[in-house]
Formats: sequence, C-alpha cells, structure tokens
Amino acid sequence: MSLIIDNLHLAREGIPHLDGVTAEFGHGSITAVIGRTLAGKTTLTRAIAGLQAVDGGSLRLDGKPFGGTPAWRRDVAMVYQQFINYPHLSVFENVAFPLRKRKVAAGEIARRVTAALEMVGLASFGTRRPTELSGGQQQRVALARALVRRAGILLLDEPLVNLDYKLREQLREEFRGLLKDQTGAIVIYNTTEPSEAMMLGNRIVVMHEGKVLQAGAPAEIFDRPASVQVARIVNDPPMNIFSGIIENGAILLAGGLRIPVAEHLASLPPGSYRFGIRAGELRVGGEGDASGKVTFSEVSGSETFVYAQAPFGDAVLQIEGVHAMANGTQLSISVAPDRLFAFSAEADGALLAAPVTGDAAWPK
Amino acid sequence: MPGLYSSLKYLAVALWSVFVVTPLLWALTTSFKTSNAVTGGPTYLPWLQYQPSLDGWRSLFGGAGGIDIVKPYMDSLIVTGSASLISIVLGTLAAYGLSRFDYRAGFIKNTDIVFFFISQRIMPPIVLAIPFFLMLQFLGLLDSKIGLILVYIALLLPIAVWIMVDFFDGVPRQIDEMAMLDGCTPFEAFLRVVLPNSLPGILVASMFCLVFGWNDFFFAFTLTFTDTQLLPVAVVALNSSVTPWWSLSASALISVAPLILCAFLVERLLSRGTLAGAIR
Repeated sequence: MSLIIDNLHLAREGIPHLDGVTAEFGHGSITAVIGRTLAGKTTLTRAIAGLQAVDGGSLRLDGKPFGGTPAWRRDVAMVYQQFINYPHLSVFENVAFPLRKRKVAAGEIARRVTAALEMVGLASFGTRRPTELSGGQQQRVALARALVRRAGILLLDEPLVNLDYKLREQLREEFRGLLKDQTGAIVIYNTTEPSEAMMLGNRIVVMHEGKVLQAGAPAEIFDRPASVQVARIVNDPPMNIFSGIIENGAILLAGGLRIPVAEHLASLPPGSYRFGIRAGELRVGGEGDASGKVTFSEVSGSETFVYAQAPFGDAVLQIEGVHAMANGTQLSISVAPDRLFAFSAEADGALLAAPVTGDAAWPK
Repeated sequence: MPGLYSSLKYLAVALWSVFVVTPLLWALTTSFKTSNAVTGGPTYLPWLQYQPSLDGWRSLFGGAGGIDIVKPYMDSLIVTGSASLISIVLGTLAAYGLSRFDYRAGFIKNTDIVFFFISQRIMPPIVLAIPFFLMLQFLGLLDSKIGLILVYIALLLPIAVWIMVDFFDGVPRQIDEMAMLDGCTPFEAFLRVVLPNSLPGILVASMFCLVFGWNDFFFAFTLTFTDTQLLPVAVVALNSSVTPWWSLSASALISVAPLILCAFLVERLLSRGTLAGAIR
C-alpha cells in the first residue's frame, strides 16, 4: 500500500521537466527527494497534488489510479517554498480554513487548530494576520495548516529554503519532530540540501534533470552513490571528482600524482576511471601528496571550505575549525587511498567501488 | 534633516490643496451670486462684498429659467451605477480567467485578448458614435437607460479588465492552488480566497468606472433625445444666450459631489485595517 508513480513524463517547450519518473512512496515514512534546482522536484510534487497535468505516466494510491482526481478532491496537503498563507484571514482562520471547508464541527475545529498552533509554537498568535509575522512564523502557519488536516499525503517543497541559516537549522529540528508524528501519512520532503535529506528522510530519492537517479535508505545512498552525479548531489560541498588511471597496482591522477590502490579498489582492472573523494576527507598539512593553491575560502559555521587548484584538478576541502586562508596560499593536500570512490569513466559515471563504511563523516 | 523634509512635504501638500480646493470654493461663492454680482468684478465674501442669493440653486429644482435636475441626476446615478457594477463583475471574472488560465485560438493568446480589450479605448470615442447609434436604433433602445447602460458597459469593461488583470497577476497563484488543495473548487478558490484579497484592485477599478461613466457627455448626448437625459447633458442645457454662471456653478457642485464622496470612501477603505495585510 503506497503511492506509486509510474513513468511520469512532462516537457514544456522542448525542455523535459519529468523524464520517466518512477518512484514509490510508503505510508508512515518520510521520503526526502533531493536534487538541485530544476531537477524536477517541484514539478513532481505538483503532479502528485494535481496542480500540474503531465504528458504521460500514471499515479496510483493504494492500488487505485488517482491521476484523474482534481486537486480539491485529493487528500493532499502542501507547504510551499514561498510562505503562502491567506493574507485576509487571521492565523487561526488560516489554519481552520481546510477544516471549515470540510464541514468539521466548530468545537472540533477549535480544538484541532489550537493543538496545531501549539505544535508549531504559535499558540498566542491566533488573532494576528500572517503578514504581521516573521518569515519563519509564516512558514509555521503554513505547516500548521498542512498538518491540521491529517491529510493522507503531505508534500513539503523546500519549505526552509527561504529562511536564514539559523532559523533553518532550528525549524529543521522542529520539522523532524512534527513530521515523525504524522503516523500513516505519506510525507514527501523536497530539498537541495544533503544534510536536510539525511536528517529528515527515512528514504531518499535522488533526482537530476527530471530523472530519478537513485532511491534508497539514506545510509545506502550516502555510502554507495550510484553514480558521479548522485555522489555530487548528496554531498555538500559536492564530492571531488578526478580523472585517473589504474596501472601497475597504483592510481595515477592527473599531474603525475601516484597513490597506492587501497584494498576496496584492488579488484578493478587497469584502465581509466573517475575517482571521487569527499571534501572532508582530503587532508591538509604535513607531508602531503601534492601542493595546491587556494583560490577561495569561506567559513560556514564551525568549518572552513577551501577551494584549491591542485595538480590533479580543482578541489574543495572541508576543514574543521575556522581558518583564515588568503587566496594564493600554498597547501599541502593528501589523498587518503582508502577513502576513494571509483566511478566508470563512461558518460553514466556508474559506481564501481566504494570505500568501506564505518567511519564516514556523516553530515550533521 | 527630518524637520526640513517634513516642512517641505506639508508645504507641497498645502500648495496642492489650494490648487485643488480653489475652483470648488470659487464655484461655491459663484453659486450664491446673482447676475450683477458675477459680472461686477471678483468678490469673495458673502454679505460683505455681495448679497448672496439662492437663485442659482433654485434654478436647478424647477426655478425660473432653470431645469429640474432631480430626474437627470437619478438617471445618471442609475446608468453609471449599473454600468459600473456590471462592468466590475464581468471584468473581474474575465480578468481572473485571463490571469490564471491559458486561452488559445490559433495565434491568439491571453496577452492578445487583453490587448484587444484595451484597444477598445485607443479609438477616439467619436468613431463609435455612429455604430452605437445604429445598433441602439436597431434594438429599439435609443433614448433609453438600458441602451446607455449597454454602451457604457462596452466602454467601461476594458478599464475593469485591464486594471483587474494587472491586479490578479500580482496575486500569487500559489494562493489559489493552496485553496484548491484545502478543498475549494477553482471557482470557490476565486470567491473565498482570491476575491477577498483583491478588494483594493476592485475599489480602484470601480472608482475609474464611476468617474468615466459619470463624466461622459458625448454618448449621453448623441444617444438620447427627450425621454432620457443624463446629468452632463442637463447641465449643458442650462446654458442659453446668457450664461447663467450661478446655476452652472451650483450644478457643477452637486454633479461632482458623488465622486468626491466616492473618493473619500475609497481612500478610507484602502487605508483601513480591513484591507491591511491584503496583497497590494
């Protein structure tokens, strides 16, 4: 019993928005759909909500086709990326709106709306107008309205993307608690951020250019990304990818860097590959394998992202702590052989070998 | 220098107020003057500079050498009011459709349809006089309120559509979609969510329609003869070989009164709390 999406197609003016999307979303679990902007996430949620007609494919809910049901008869609640509320109604009436439309008894409405507002921490804001609230509060109102209905399908389309960093972190925590309580509902959460997907999703679907690239448990996707594309999407900053060859029992990267073949890559035959390594697993300092030049660096929270030119290609490094790195600084970079992913050099960039898991740096 | 800025602001407002109010005050004093007082040079203060008289006002209500302004006044109210109301209702519905749904007939798309509406107002109105005359004649509606209402709808609808399309384009579509997901049919979404948030636009469009309709002289003049007479035509009929400035001033004042009332009302509504929070 689940929501099954089968081979959805949608193209507008020759640009495919959904290109044969097939996926399954189960009751009582949160599925995070991760993909970059324009990956087709929003189009997919709009198709599920009935707000977007598709060119081909079918939707089935618990075995029954529901592609033909109009949006207002689908049991779907949605939270938009923009903070969408009814500006002419008070916060209380905003949340009560879907219940009033469904002719729920007045006492029941008062009880459920109050509970929903309490849940999102806006119990004392019932009489205010949404436009008088801050962005985070407005999005909480929208969430309360989506939750109060106890809809069978709950869609969240990048609900935190328009909030500032601090508030995003805070709401993400709150969302996790609130969404876990939606027992029995099919929850689909769109995001561009790997950490959000990993934290909220029981399952993850990776989308790119209208296609589903991979679907599975968060650990599975993080530890064994099916392709170069997935590896870049589910890591932030994106995984570093370098071209190289395996010959004579060693990996030869561009610029003449030679590193030993670790055990997990031992079975790969000699030839061309693409090698991937996470930004946090490139080591800096000491007797490095190669020297790189800093082109740009930024501090994010308690970490520093350093963009450097290395002989084997442009690399992003994620270093613990706050470091001031002037552009042009020379860095000594070492590549840990046991942390390398090997991908096919072909266009599909399929995963051939992944490091042994265990101490992988999970995004927080 | 906030002090200087706000002083300048008030000075500008004061100057503008003088500019706006002076003609009205001028008309007010003139309406209480007699023939001699009008032609005897500029005077402003009643009793001191001239002897006020009610002749000008009496002439509007069947007094000597005057007209009975009540009937044309009512006719104007009925015609302008009905035409504006129908234009706003039809125009709002049409504008919502044009703003939200894609229409296509060959190469004609939504923007072309909107332009078609606006283009009705690009033509000089005089071009329409003969076609309107012939059409109303064919329908037997010449010299009737219904005929004028139809003509005014044709003239006011483009204004309503134009303003409302622009307004609806500024209301996020996601609001309609949200209402549909909350269980509203598309029409209910329009009625219960989009419309309440569009009141400012509707007020502005209504104001425009009322002003255009109320002030029209040309069609009111060419399409009516004796049975129906609208206010602007009746006012002009006051003018004979001697221009009765006192009667004209009085009629000008009561003609403009409903519009001033409307303007105040709209201003109040637009700035009041009920619409605060609505989408601009």
